[in-house]
Amino acid sequence: MLHIVNKSATERSSLESCLRLATKGSAVLLIEDAVYAATNGNAAAAKIQAAAADLKIYALGPDLAARGMAGRVLGGVNVVDYGGFVDLVAEHSNCQSWL
Amino acid sequence: MSDMDEMDDGSGIVKKFMFLNRKAPHGTVYALEGLEVVLITAAFDQDVSMVFTDDGVYQLMKGIDTKGIEVKDFSKTYRALEGYDIEKLYVDQVSLDARGLTEDDLIVDVTVLSNDEMANLMAEQDVVISF
Repeated sequence: MLHIVNKSATERSSLESCLRLATKGSAVLLIEDAVYAATNGNAAAAKIQAAAADLKIYALGPDLAARGMAGRVLGGVNVVDYGGFVDLVAEHSNCQSWL
Repeated sequence: MSDMDEMDDGSGIVKKFMFLNRKAPHGTVYALEGLEVVLITAAFDQDVSMVFTDDGVYQLMKGIDTKGIEVKDFSKTYRALEGYDIEKLYVDQVSLDARGLTEDDLIVDVTVLSNDEMANLMAEQDVVISF
């Protein structure tokens, strides 16, 4: 399963719910305002790092850059471009958008 | 014109307006719309404070590059506020801390307020408009 989250973790609970319910080996792609969670010092950073033990965590590069966050990405988070987004969707048999 | 006439059309009355920005810049249209309303309000010679709390502090990040998502980069516009006599920019310390940010990460000079200072600033306003 590919989980896609697009809401800020410091405003909504979608990332928290996603990480709680995603099963081991799943992928989580952070896009739009969700990318803030994958940056150094964010209140959600510890949750992302803990989750990275069991899940593959990705963040969309153009959304990081648009928010001035390109240089602040947490270790263990894989930055992908739009082509990488397409690859992730193609590689997984199903996906869930946490709107 | 007499004082009474001035009262009738409301001119000469200065109120304390706070524009409260609590949303990150690109995920919703609130940040851009809020900024445009503030620029319009500058024409009315009111006592305007612009406040950034919660994810709103992300609006002021340095180094924003929106080419990849093909939307307008309005972050430079915050630097123009001074030219419209909007010089009271306040940022919430608690919100910066929760996001691993400091004043040095921000594109404009701001006054960083503690929890109590922010609470008092909000309480003393005549009008608070939230985005």
